Amino acid sequence: MTDQHARGLFLRSMPSPFLVTAALILLGLVIENSTNAYTQDVVLWIFTNIILAASLNLVSGFTGQFSLGHAGFMAVGAYLSAWCSFRPEFQALPDLLRFTLLPAIGGLGAAIAGYIVGLPSLRLRGDYLAIVTLGFGEIIRVTLLNTEAVGGARGLNRIPATEGWLEMGLSPYLAQFSIASFWTVVTITTLWRIVHSQKGRIFLSVREDEIAAEAMGVNVTQAKVRAFVISAFFAGVGGSLFAHSVKYLSPATFSFTKSVDIIIMIVLGGMGSFTGSVIAAIFITLVPEFVLRPLQEITKVDLRMVIYSLILILFMIMRPTGLLGTREWSDFAWVKKLMRAISQLLKRGSDGDSSSSTSPSGASR
Amino acid sequence: MLQLKSSTRCSNSSARSRFLHLALAIFGAVSMLQLASCTKKNAQPSHVIKIGEYGSFTGSEATFGVSTNEGLKLAIKEKNAAGGIKGKKIELISYDNQGKPEEARAMVQRLITQDQVLAVIGEVASTRSLAAAPVAQQYKVPMISPSSTNPQVTEIGDYIFRVCFIDPFQGLVMAKFARENLKKAKVAILKDVKSDYSTGLSDVFEREFKAMGGEIVGIESYASGDTDFKAQLTQIKGKKPEAIFVPGYYTEVGMIARQARQLGMKDVPLLGGDGWDSEKLWEIGGEAIKGSYFSNHYTTESDNPKVVDFIKRYREEYKGKTPDGLAALGYDAGQILIAAMERASELTPQAIRNEIAKTKDFVGVTGQISINDQRNATKSAVVVQVADKVNRFVTTITP
Amino acid sequence: MEASQQEFLQHLLNGVTLGSIYALIALGYTMVYGILQLINFAHSEVYMMGAFAAYYTGRSLNLDQSPGVLSFIILLVAAIVACSVLGLTIERLAYRPLRKAPKLNILITAIGVSLLLQYSAQIIFGAEPKLFPEVLADRTLFTVAEVEVRTLDITIFLVGTLAMGGLHFLIHHTRLGMAMRAVSVNGPVASLMGINVDRIIMWTFVVGSSLAAVGSVLVGLKYPKIDPLMGMLIGIKAFVAAVLGGIGSLPGAMLGGIFLGLSEEMVVAYLSSTYRDALAFGILIVVLLFRPAGLMGTPVREKV
Repeated sequence: MTDQHARGLFLRSMPSPFLVTAALILLGLVIENSTNAYTQDVVLWIFTNIILAASLNLVSGFTGQFSLGHAGFMAVGAYLSAWCSFRPEFQALPDLLRFTLLPAIGGLGAAIAGYIVGLPSLRLRGDYLAIVTLGFGEIIRVTLLNTEAVGGARGLNRIPATEGWLEMGLSPYLAQFSIASFWTVVTITTLWRIVHSQKGRIFLSVREDEIAAEAMGVNVTQAKVRAFVISAFFAGVGGSLFAHSVKYLSPATFSFTKSVDIIIMIVLGGMGSFTGSVIAAIFITLVPEFVLRPLQEITKVDLRMVIYSLILILFMIMRPTGLLGTREWSDFAWVKKLMRAISQLLKRGSDGDSSSSTSPSGASR
Repeated sequence: MLQLKSSTRCSNSSARSRFLHLALAIFGAVSMLQLASCTKKNAQPSHVIKIGEYGSFTGSEATFGVSTNEGLKLAIKEKNAAGGIKGKKIELISYDNQGKPEEARAMVQRLITQDQVLAVIGEVASTRSLAAAPVAQQYKVPMISPSSTNPQVTEIGDYIFRVCFIDPFQGLVMAKFARENLKKAKVAILKDVKSDYSTGLSDVFEREFKAMGGEIVGIESYASGDTDFKAQLTQIKGKKPEAIFVPGYYTEVGMIARQARQLGMKDVPLLGGDGWDSEKLWEIGGEAIKGSYFSNHYTTESDNPKVVDFIKRYREEYKGKTPDGLAALGYDAGQILIAAMERASELTPQAIRNEIAKTKDFVGVTGQISINDQRNATKSAVVVQVADKVNRFVTTITP
Repeated sequence: MEASQQEFLQHLLNGVTLGSIYALIALGYTMVYGILQLINFAHSEVYMMGAFAAYYTGRSLNLDQSPGVLSFIILLVAAIVACSVLGLTIERLAYRPLRKAPKLNILITAIGVSLLLQYSAQIIFGAEPKLFPEVLADRTLFTVAEVEVRTLDITIFLVGTLAMGGLHFLIHHTRLGMAMRAVSVNGPVASLMGINVDRIIMWTFVVGSSLAAVGSVLVGLKYPKIDPLMGMLIGIKAFVAAVLGGIGSLPGAMLGGIFLGLSEEMVVAYLSSTYRDALAFGILIVVLLFRPAGLMGTPVREKV
C-alpha cells in the first residue's frame, strides 16, 4: 500500500459509518451501565446538538448564507415527529422501526419549510437574508403557540419514546441511544459526502464569491435553496430526536435564543468544519451541565450565562476562526501520520493473513 | 503532539505497543469512571433527608421562584430547629430552571437520579410543572406543586400533588364574583397567549360567566414580555365592557392597567387571578391598578393566628418582607411534606407519597387543606381588592 | 364622528407612538451599521443599561419626589453618559480587536456582548421589574374626536424626528460626518487621508449609544416598567424596523419604525391580536421580497 493510497483512503474520507455506529452503540452500553439517568439524558442532547450544528454549518459555514432561524426548522421537525407519534396510523409499525423512521418524517416537514425560507434568497443576501430567516423562525414559533392541535402554550407533553426490544436485550435507553447515533452518523456522513462531492463544490463557490461562481455558470439561487433544504431536513431530524428524548415540547424552547445557541456551536467549532461542529456541540452541551452548574451551587449565583458569553467573546477575539477553522480531523498532520502508521500496520498484517478487505477499505469512498 | 510525532517515527512494533497502551489507558479510564459513578450511586448518606426543589430563580418570572423558595426554606429551617424528622435533619437541594420548561424537566431528572431526593417540590408555573411532572411520576417520587393551578398537572399520575386550588375553581370564583358581587353583565378578556395558565383560566372564566347569564364582549391576547397593550385595549374599549378580566402575571398587569386608564377606561375595574400577587403590582400599576380585584390563596389581612404568626416569622427571617401568596404556598407545601414524612413508617418515596395522599384538614397558612382523590387540594379562595400598598380582603369563596 | 372612525384614529395614534419608539432605537442600529456595516446586537442592551442608569440616578437623588423638566434632564444626562461609556467600552474591548475579522465573527461577538450584559444585569440589578421614576407627567395635550393626544406621544415623535434631522446634519454637513462617510466607504483609504479611523468609530458609538440613552429615558417614562430583559423584544423590533427601512439609511429607520408600529397596530385592530408578532415579520418578509434593500435603501451593486 503506497503512501498515496493511504492518503486516498483517509485524507478526504470518513471512518466507515457502520464502524462508527457500532462503536457508538458500544459506548452507549458503557454509558448506560455506568452513569445515572440524568447524565444519560445529557448524552442524548449531545447527539441532537451535533446534528443541529452540522446542518447549520452546511448553510452558514459551507454556503456562506447567514441563518438566524435554525430553531424554526428544528421546531417543525420536533412538532411534526411528536404529532405523528401520537397518531394511531403510526402505532401499527413496530416500535423500533417507527422511532427510527420518525426523524425522517420530521426532517421532510422541515425540508419543506426550508424550501419556503430558501426562496427569498432568490433576491436577498447578507443581513437582509439573516433577518428574513429570523422572521420565519418567529412566525413558526408564533404559529405553534396558536395551534391547539399541538398544545399551544401548554406544549406537548408525554411524547412517546421507543420502548426498545427487551427480548433482545435492548433497553429503552440503549435503543434511543442507538437511533440517535444512527441519525447522527447518517447526518455527518451525508453532509460530508455532499460537500466533498463535485456538486458540493458549488456550495463552496457560492460562499467564496457569488459573482465569480455565477460567471462560471453556477446556478447560485438553486445552490442556496438546495443548501437550505438539506440543512433544514437535518435540523428537522435533530428536532425529532430532541422531541423523543426530552418528551416535552413547548414553543418557548424554539425561540431566537435557541438559534443563537446553534450559531455559537458552529462558530466555536469553526465555520466550515464538521469536525469542529461535533467537538463544539459536545463541549457546549457538557460544560454548562458539568462545570458551570456545580459552580452555581458553590457561588449561589447563576453565573452560567455570564461565563458562557464571556467565553464566546474571548474566543472570537483570541481565535476568530473557531477551534478548527475549516480544517477537518483528517487535515491534521498527526492524524495523517497516525493513519499512515495504522495502514502500514494493516498492510503488514494482511501480508501474512488472508485478505485486506478489513475495516479501512470499507471506509473508502 | 510531540509524543505522537515520535511514535510514527518509531518502529512498527513500538507503534503497536503504544496502541495497546492507549487501548489499556482508555479501558482503565472507562472502568474508573464506572467505579466512580457506581460508588456515587450507592453513596446515600443516611443522616440527612434530601428534598429537592426546582424553580425559576432567574429569568423574567424570578420573583415567583424566589418567593416560593423563601417560604419553603422557612418551613424546613423551623423543622430542623425543632430537631428534624425522626432525628434526621432535612437538606433542601434547590435548582434553578431559568423559567424554561425543558430545563425544569432536566432539573427534576437530576434531582431524582443524581441527588436521589425523597420528594420534589415545584413549580409555580403550570407550564413547567407539566413539563417536569412525568419525570417524577416515572421514577415514582412524590412531587408537590405549591401553586400550579392548571388541572392537568395532577392528572399526570398518582405521585403528583398540589396544595393550591385549581383554575376551574379560580375561574369560577372570579366569574361568580364579577356576576354576583359586582353585578357586571359585559366583560372583556385580555389573556396572555404565551402562558397556558392564562389561556386556561380565560377559558374557564368565559364558560362560567356565560353560564351565569353574562356576556363576553371580546377576547384579545398579548404575549408576556410585551410592553405596549394599547392596540388590544383600544379594541376592547370599542366593545364597551363593564370590567376586563386579565388572567396574567403581575409583570404585565400593571402596565395594562396604566394603559387602560390612559385610553379613557377610567372606571372599568380589572379582574384577575393569583398571578397578580406581588408587591410589584402596586409599584408598577400605581394609581391605575387601585380598585381592581383578583382571587388569591390567602390574605395578609387575616386575623387567623396561624397567618399572623407566619407573617411575623417571615418578616423576621427576610428583613421585613411581606410574604406573598407564593411564599405562603411554598411554606404550606413544605409543611405538608414534612408532616407526611413524620407520619410515614419508613422514609421511602412510596411511603411518603401514601401519607401525602392522606392529608386531611391540615391547617395551613393558606387555609384548611385536604388532598382529594384527584390529588388536588380542596380549599377556599379569597378575593382581594388592590388598594394603597395593600390588598384589601373582600370575600371568601368556598368550593 | 362614528365610533369606528374614532377607533381608527386611536389606533393611528397608538401606531405612530409605538413606531416612533422603534424608530428612535432603529436610528442607533442604522447609524452604526451605516459606518461599520456591523449589526450592533448589543445596542438593545445599551438601551436597557441606559434605563437602569437613569433609574438608579433618579432613586439616589429622589427625583420622583420633584418631577419637572430639570429632573428629566438630569435623568437624560445620566443615561447618555452611562450609555456612551458603555458603548465605548464595548467598542474598545470587543469590536476593535475584530475589525478585520469576518462579518459573522463580529456579529457573534455582538450577540455575546448582548448576552453578557443581559445576564450580568440580572445578577446585579435582580430580575424583578422596577418602576422607572416618573419625572414627567403624561398629560393630555389636546383631544381630537375624543382621542387624547398626550405630551409623551408628541415628545417621542418630535425627539425621533429631531434626532433623525440632527444625525442627517451631522453626517452630511460637518467635518466629523464627512470623516464618518469616508470611513464608511473605505476605512484604510480614509486613514491614508489623515482620518483617525479609531476616533471616528468611537464617535459613531458615542452618538449611537446616546440615541439609545435618549430612547431608554423616553420609553421609561412612557412604559415605566424596566427589567434586564426589556431590551430584547424592542431590540429585535427596532432592528426589523431598521432593515425594513433600509439599514444604513436614516430616513429609512424613521420610516421603517413608523411602518412597523402602524402595521402591528393595524394587525391587532383588524386581523388578530394572537398573531401580532408573526404578522409583523410576515409584512417585513413581503416588503423585502419586493424591495430587497428595504424601503429607502439603495441596492448595492457588487463589483467583481
